[in-house]
Amino acid sequence: MSSLSRDDVAHLAGLARIELSEAELDRMVGELGVILESVAKVQQAPTEGVAPMSHPMPLTNVTRADVVRPSLGAEAVLAGAPEAEQQRFSVPRILDED
Amino acid sequence: MTDLPTDLTRATAAGLADALASGAISSVEVTQAHLDRIVAVDGQVHSYLHVDGAGALAQARSVDDRRRAGETLGALAGVPIAVKDVMTTKGLPTTCGSRILEGWVPPYDATVVTKLRQAGLPILGKTNMDEFAMGSSTEHSAYGPSHNPWDLDRIPGGSGGGSSSVLASFQAPLATGTDTGGSIRQPAAVTATVGTKPTYGGVSRYGLVALASSLDQAGPCGRTVLDTALLHAVMGGHDPMDSTSIDAPVPPVVEAARAADVRGMRIGVVKELGGEGYQPGVRARFDESVALLQELGAEVVEVSCPNFEYALAAYYLILPSEASSNLAKFDAMRYGMRVQPDGVDAPSAEQVMAATRDAGFGPEVKRRIILGTYALSSGYYDAYYGSAQKVRALIAQDFASAYDKVDVLVSPTAPTTAFKLGDKLEDPMAMYLNDIATIPANLAGVPGMSIPSGLADEDGLPAGIQILAPATKDERLYSVGAALEAALVDRWGGPILDRAPELGVAAAAKGA
Repeated sequence: MSSLSRDDVAHLAGLARIELSEAELDRMVGELGVILESVAKVQQAPTEGVAPMSHPMPLTNVTRADVVRPSLGAEAVLAGAPEAEQQRFSVPRILDED
Repeated sequence: MTDLPTDLTRATAAGLADALASGAISSVEVTQAHLDRIVAVDGQVHSYLHVDGAGALAQARSVDDRRRAGETLGALAGVPIAVKDVMTTKGLPTTCGSRILEGWVPPYDATVVTKLRQAGLPILGKTNMDEFAMGSSTEHSAYGPSHNPWDLDRIPGGSGGGSSSVLASFQAPLATGTDTGGSIRQPAAVTATVGTKPTYGGVSRYGLVALASSLDQAGPCGRTVLDTALLHAVMGGHDPMDSTSIDAPVPPVVEAARAADVRGMRIGVVKELGGEGYQPGVRARFDESVALLQELGAEVVEVSCPNFEYALAAYYLILPSEASSNLAKFDAMRYGMRVQPDGVDAPSAEQVMAATRDAGFGPEVKRRIILGTYALSSGYYDAYYGSAQKVRALIAQDFASAYDKVDVLVSPTAPTTAFKLGDKLEDPMAMYLNDIATIPANLAGVPGMSIPSGLADEDGLPAGIQILAPATKDERLYSVGAALEAALVDRWGGPILDRAPELGVAAAAKGA
């Protein structure tokens, strides 16, 4: 049974794009350890030969008629944006300097 | 004609609907009575995150005008309702109990909200919830917890504790909920109200801020089984905007609630739900309810669902995995909060996103996102998420073989009555155990309902009984729920909420 180190949690938080403070990290390591130990119980279930279930309803290829229908206008869509410019979402730089 | 109480906030939705239809009262009167009640008591209960008095009254006036003009209106036209803050409402704030969405006003209505508006239900406001529906107490709301009207120091359940406390404090006759692992049923149980999680796909998810898409299901909350059925009929039905929506009519829930007949029905008591860890008073009220169902003509047997033992573990892998993906959309770019990281010149989008999510998400949301990120990591996927999906199949099989033998299953809804605010906040696993009896239904997609079973002897607080039916057979919940409710109310000598303590009324509202 693997348990999570502080570095593991810091790495996961990075992947999840959550900047955790040192105090939050300390707390999270302990809490996640307890939770993981508990949920690892799924590994004791008699799952040999059982097909995984991802969804309660066996649906495939739900489609709609290929017709144009009204959608929200740019003004409505941008109304909740932290920043907007020229009818677009304004975002911080996405590339590193180098 | 139903006799209406002089205080309209004490009436059932069905009673109000009849009186509205006959013209004995107007929707404006009913809506105003509830707005006054909100002013009087919500300072103590904190059920609402946002109240829309002007909007509700405008909707009420419109319904009254249409009725006077002789228009044919829906059964609940003019009956006001409270909407859980996870459902988008055009022009009304929608926060999901999170800082990250503080002040966000959606540009569109959820399908459920559209249906409420079309059916003429004035929307009183948005109800409090654990942040993004993660929790069993509303203590994870960024805006502070709601309080249980039975004892203001106790939790009203969660995540839908705003909706449950609204009903139990008579601040609305009806409310909407969403149930991913018990968020409609557990709050109903601890406040002595009624709540249904319909079959997965029975109510549209369009416009609901997703927690775990394969588990989430919206449903009705009320104070009686019939009221809940009437709302179920309004909320349910096929929606082309939700590809998982069931393309079939809403099951005959209102007819079943009115017939309230369990004669000849086979009812299974789930052996694995109700033993160790269940409070004696909760078990005692449950056993009495089962005996009553037998007296009413149902055949009761014990049924074993051996894999339910693994349900909680599977759920706390599947839910965080799906949530970590669903909540990735809160990236500080298109809506919600944007926070600049400290001490970084010209921060990148990635740094802004990370700083925003740290500031905007509460501890439980962070915990679950990171847990989900781990469960989906390569190298751990098979051991955690993969195993959980197989357990999910086993649980669905348990239900299938149970329903070969019985028509419905029953169990206590929650293992305990309402606990004190703060009691489980520091222990996530203890909090998760509240949902132990409700989670299996979400994993399998079957419908479930909670109705009050009485008050526990040891603390005088409400307990609930859960009824579970096969997928798309939601009407069976209402047959059993309504029959049992009638027998229990008869035994109690009146509705159970009559026994809840009177809340102090804020001075400002007196004479309003």
